[in-house]
Amino acid sequence: MNSIISSYCKIKNNAIWINGKELVIDAKEVDLTIFLTGLYRQINMNYPKFFKMDNLCKLGMLAAELAIRNSVGFDKLEKDKIAITLSNNASSLDTDRNHLKTIIDKIQYFPSPAIFVYTLPNIVIGEVAIKHKFAGENAFFVSEEFDAELIHNYVSILLNNNDTTAVIGGWVNVDGNEYDAFVYCAEKSNFNLDKEEYKQIHSAEAIRQLYN
Amino acid sequence: MTVYIGANNIVSPLGFTTKENFGALLQGKTGVKQQYFSFSDTAFWCSKIEPKDIEQYFDVVSKGNAYTQLEKMCILSIRDVVQQSGIDFKNKENLLILSTTKGNIDVLEGAYKNIDENRAYLPVFAKAVGDYFECINTPLLVSNACISGLLAIIIGKRLIESGNYKNVIVCGADKISEFVLSGFKSFNALSEAPCKPFDKNRVGINLGEAAASIVLSAEKIGTVKLSSGSSANDANHISGPSRNGDGLFQAISNTFVDSKIKTVDFISAHGTATEFNDEMESIAFTRAGLQQALLNSIKGYYGHTLGAAGVLESIIAVQSMLSDTLICSAGFEQTGTSRELNIIKHTEKKTINSCLKTASGFGGCNAAALFEKI
Amino acid sequence: MEDLIETLKKQVIEQLNLAEIRPEDIDPAAPLFGEGLGLDSIDALELIVLLEKHYGIKLNDPKEAKEIFASLQSMSNYILNNKK
Repeated sequence: MNSIISSYCKIKNNAIWINGKELVIDAKEVDLTIFLTGLYRQINMNYPKFFKMDNLCKLGMLAAELAIRNSVGFDKLEKDKIAITLSNNASSLDTDRNHLKTIIDKIQYFPSPAIFVYTLPNIVIGEVAIKHKFAGENAFFVSEEFDAELIHNYVSILLNNNDTTAVIGGWVNVDGNEYDAFVYCAEKSNFNLDKEEYKQIHSAEAIRQLYN
Repeated sequence: MTVYIGANNIVSPLGFTTKENFGALLQGKTGVKQQYFSFSDTAFWCSKIEPKDIEQYFDVVSKGNAYTQLEKMCILSIRDVVQQSGIDFKNKENLLILSTTKGNIDVLEGAYKNIDENRAYLPVFAKAVGDYFECINTPLLVSNACISGLLAIIIGKRLIESGNYKNVIVCGADKISEFVLSGFKSFNALSEAPCKPFDKNRVGINLGEAAASIVLSAEKIGTVKLSSGSSANDANHISGPSRNGDGLFQAISNTFVDSKIKTVDFISAHGTATEFNDEMESIAFTRAGLQQALLNSIKGYYGHTLGAAGVLESIIAVQSMLSDTLICSAGFEQTGTSRELNIIKHTEKKTINSCLKTASGFGGCNAAALFEKI
Repeated sequence: MEDLIETLKKQVIEQLNLAEIRPEDIDPAAPLFGEGLGLDSIDALELIVLLEKHYGIKLNDPKEAKEIFASLQSMSNYILNNKK
């Protein structure tokens, strides 16, 4: 069985690309939280929990939302068999630093459960799983750089397993104001590339090209 | 394709080898004690390694202060396994997988004078450990909350099966830090006494620290195999476990899908001793038809070792199988879950041919793996 | 009392990141949990932090929380009775 990339979303350098087309954004912003909130409003996500999330989750949620919305038939797949595997460089360090700020001063010592819960990188997988009810396999990898081979290899391994029919895969990184996301939908498919829909063969080379 | 379990090691307050650790469990010793930290007036019940013990063992291995305490724990643990198994990381066929939740987070707490803050980045931590063993393949780092260790073992198996590698060493490690203690305290999740997994009077977790390493191989290097494994998400809440055990039930079900056996002799549960986690597990095990299987949680001996837990607990489960010995579920007295489980009350001899290991964690993640004697 | 409720509204919105809710949207007598604001278990823990941070009140028995955080009204009553 072959596998295909059925859609993707890239958010990088104040620009958003979905299936090869640029999404023109309303406002260019330097502050990451404001940029992400602006995008949330622009695409009418209507998901109040978004505001409780840290920037890593906000970025991952937006990229996943846009990839899923622009794939054909993803919503008709069996949700228990949709896996999510993501990776990044900075793990949850951005929020780790925020948690440290709450405990550095021994008098103003107020560790916050709402911050602490985001000090794990896989929480972004959990948030995507909750929003879309995807209950399949999970894995979060941390690597020095965007690693197309690693991502392709593990997504392919999952797709070769009977418990998985589709995968949300990719890279979601936040480190201070630096950010970078590439999230794609991959499916098992005896695909037909003549179709008008956006589709291409799932390979490490394809992932590398779409990301760059 | 069969993936076999080989050499293993545990670095914990109960010893620096698997043998020492398993021996301590047989004697009912626990690593959980009242510990004082410089940042708090009150004591915490946790399972902490004496830093001087780490230094003493590490001095034999390498001089100088080039490594953090967590890196030293990992190196000691992996080194023991490398020496036992002869696995050479300079060979392309061998991979090191590291699993951790917080890595060198204590670097940001100012724990070291001579170590750069960038060591808090997990890839830098992985490189420091990998370079010690001159790994030709960049170590793979899995960070998936409290299922990290078990998931890393499942991933290792999959990488061997897909022909990527012949041998994988999985090392899970986490250290107790003010960072983690303060966070779990804000969650009201810490017990102010030794934890009591699955017990009626359980009130929360004890944290623990450890490094644990295990060999997975395509070669028949031992008499226990890792038959299958799976993960699943509750898709319900990022910190509260599913009320009906959905994710864990699905992970267990998928683990048994292709298996000839439908039940196991023994379950090594996650059993953190929080009210909601243990209740969720009792529901998931019952839904999976496993309520008769003998079960323990060894958090009463080691506390919750986070990214190490899945590896450490798998190693103890494998030792239980090899020695046909069930380890008492420390802290358990009275049923405290809505579904009654068959919890091990005394350490005793019994033939164990199969074992299910499970884990669950923040982010709604769950994992299960099946170990069998060949 | 009125002032305290108004202050509490703002503090709750800030502490719980309820970005799309305005102070006037919160009915002081309405339940904080369940329907309405859509608060969850993490929010309950955050409210405990709020009490300590802004009012110096340490909640020693988390079981009390359910009653105290039933509504903004009950929260303000509790603060008035326990403030140091």
